Amino acid sequence: MANIHVLRPGFYTTLQDTGRHGVAQYGVPQSGVMDSFSSGKSNLLLNNNLNAAVLEILMTGPILEFSSETYIAVCGAQFDILLNDQPISLAKRYRVQKGDVLKFGKLHKGLRAYLAVSGGFQSESVLGSRSQYPGITTAAKLEKGMSLAITDEVVTAKALSRVNFEDTQLWDPAIEVYPGPEFALLSTEEQQQLFERSFTLSSKSNRMAIPFEETLNNTLKGITTGPVLPGTVQLTPSGTLIALMRDCQVSGGYPRVLQLSTFGICQLAQKRPGEAISFKRKALDIGAISR
Amino acid sequence: MQVNPTINRLGEQAILLQWDFEISPENLKFLLSVKKYIAQNVVKQEVETTNTYISLLVNYVSSIESVYSDFERLKALDFQSIPVEAVASRLYRVPVCYDAEFGLDLELLAKEKSLTIDELIRLHTAPEYTLYFIGFLPGFLYLGGMDERLKMPRKSEPRASVLKGAVGIAENQTGIYPNSSPAGWQIIGNCPVALFDPKSEPPCPFTPGDRIQFYSVSKAKYDKIQQEVQAGTYQLIPTHG
Repeated sequence: MANIHVLRPGFYTTLQDTGRHGVAQYGVPQSGVMDSFSSGKSNLLLNNNLNAAVLEILMTGPILEFSSETYIAVCGAQFDILLNDQPISLAKRYRVQKGDVLKFGKLHKGLRAYLAVSGGFQSESVLGSRSQYPGITTAAKLEKGMSLAITDEVVTAKALSRVNFEDTQLWDPAIEVYPGPEFALLSTEEQQQLFERSFTLSSKSNRMAIPFEETLNNTLKGITTGPVLPGTVQLTPSGTLIALMRDCQVSGGYPRVLQLSTFGICQLAQKRPGEAISFKRKALDIGAISR
Repeated sequence: MQVNPTINRLGEQAILLQWDFEISPENLKFLLSVKKYIAQNVVKQEVETTNTYISLLVNYVSSIESVYSDFERLKALDFQSIPVEAVASRLYRVPVCYDAEFGLDLELLAKEKSLTIDELIRLHTAPEYTLYFIGFLPGFLYLGGMDERLKMPRKSEPRASVLKGAVGIAENQTGIYPNSSPAGWQIIGNCPVALFDPKSEPPCPFTPGDRIQFYSVSKAKYDKIQQEVQAGTYQLIPTHG
């Protein structure tokens, strides 16, 4: 099988698909791409299944050497990307040859980029997914010297060579949310503050959770440990808002005041620690009101 | 008992049902019956329904269309009419070694509670604990039914790491760390049985509703079981009852 050799792993590069489904009952996190909008775009450019595994590249990207020909596409955060020292563009399909070297340089905008290859990365699948997670997959992230298996066949089907996606909203600092299960327990003033104030991403942010620096004084009590999902925003007694992300636990005991929309998770995944965001209320089409 | 839940959407792809009742084995039986009923009679798409103490989460892989219609069907459901079934409640006897080597906080706990270590072990091995759900970490069992006399706050300073299989107490809960991890619980022993193995089918041997009773084993017996677990020859056999 063809493969890609990892010359430099980058800061925290992981293999991700759309995650594990049906295993929350064993306490297994969902995992999967943080920004499914951008990863989906990269797969679409190569005619891949939307669940095909991609590389999620964070802050300092990898250097990769290809052992055979394939097609690649990179979407999401704007990095300087060099293919054999020649700059290449985002959101565009490229043919690569055996021996080609792909290098990620300076990050200009956003936080996470997605590299797709024809047919998707063929890494080990555990519990129905190739998404890397400590204790589930053999490796938790890319390491120097690893070989990443890819498919031999180069798909030459009528894949689009370039797709223009409207992605202005992805960079919007107003993050789409729905009220969470305990939203109604907040006072009217606390509810207003949630939508009027801005919140700064903490440096403790990772794939499990993004805490915010500003606190929101509140009198909410803890809840009986209950279900949480990626995108659930918890509020601790000390007033810290914590947005749970793709590697989050399956249950939690803090009040769930907001729920990011699927697109809201993508928006937040592209924000860097230190950046400020606000929450923008989105209406669920129907059935958002409890009886 | 309140039978009608509050029903909310949780994002685009999940529906949350929450009850306002006590945490009890009877209510768990009701929750698991509703969970089964929903899977068989309400949802059409492939979903995963999980329970916690007083909630059910119906989580859709994709298909937003059916979330809308299922949500309406759930709201129209007469929960009173759902038969409370005798959910399979298997009883497992699970070995724990309470030797000082593993029971880092046993002495402290015994002193705090004015009990001997033997009495403490007896209190911990007496109940049939009810497994409510698995969460926190892969394979972490939320068990109910610990003797009140063993109730103990978390450690003021969590340990940076405890062994895989560490058995602990925090407040009115007892549990087992399925893997080596940082831990704030009072550690009283170690369980040689694998609680989570991503390569096994299923990855965790227990399901909500099961009952678990611990029994004390010597270090020699612990080592023997651990060898069998590693060789893949150890079998946990449930006792029905």
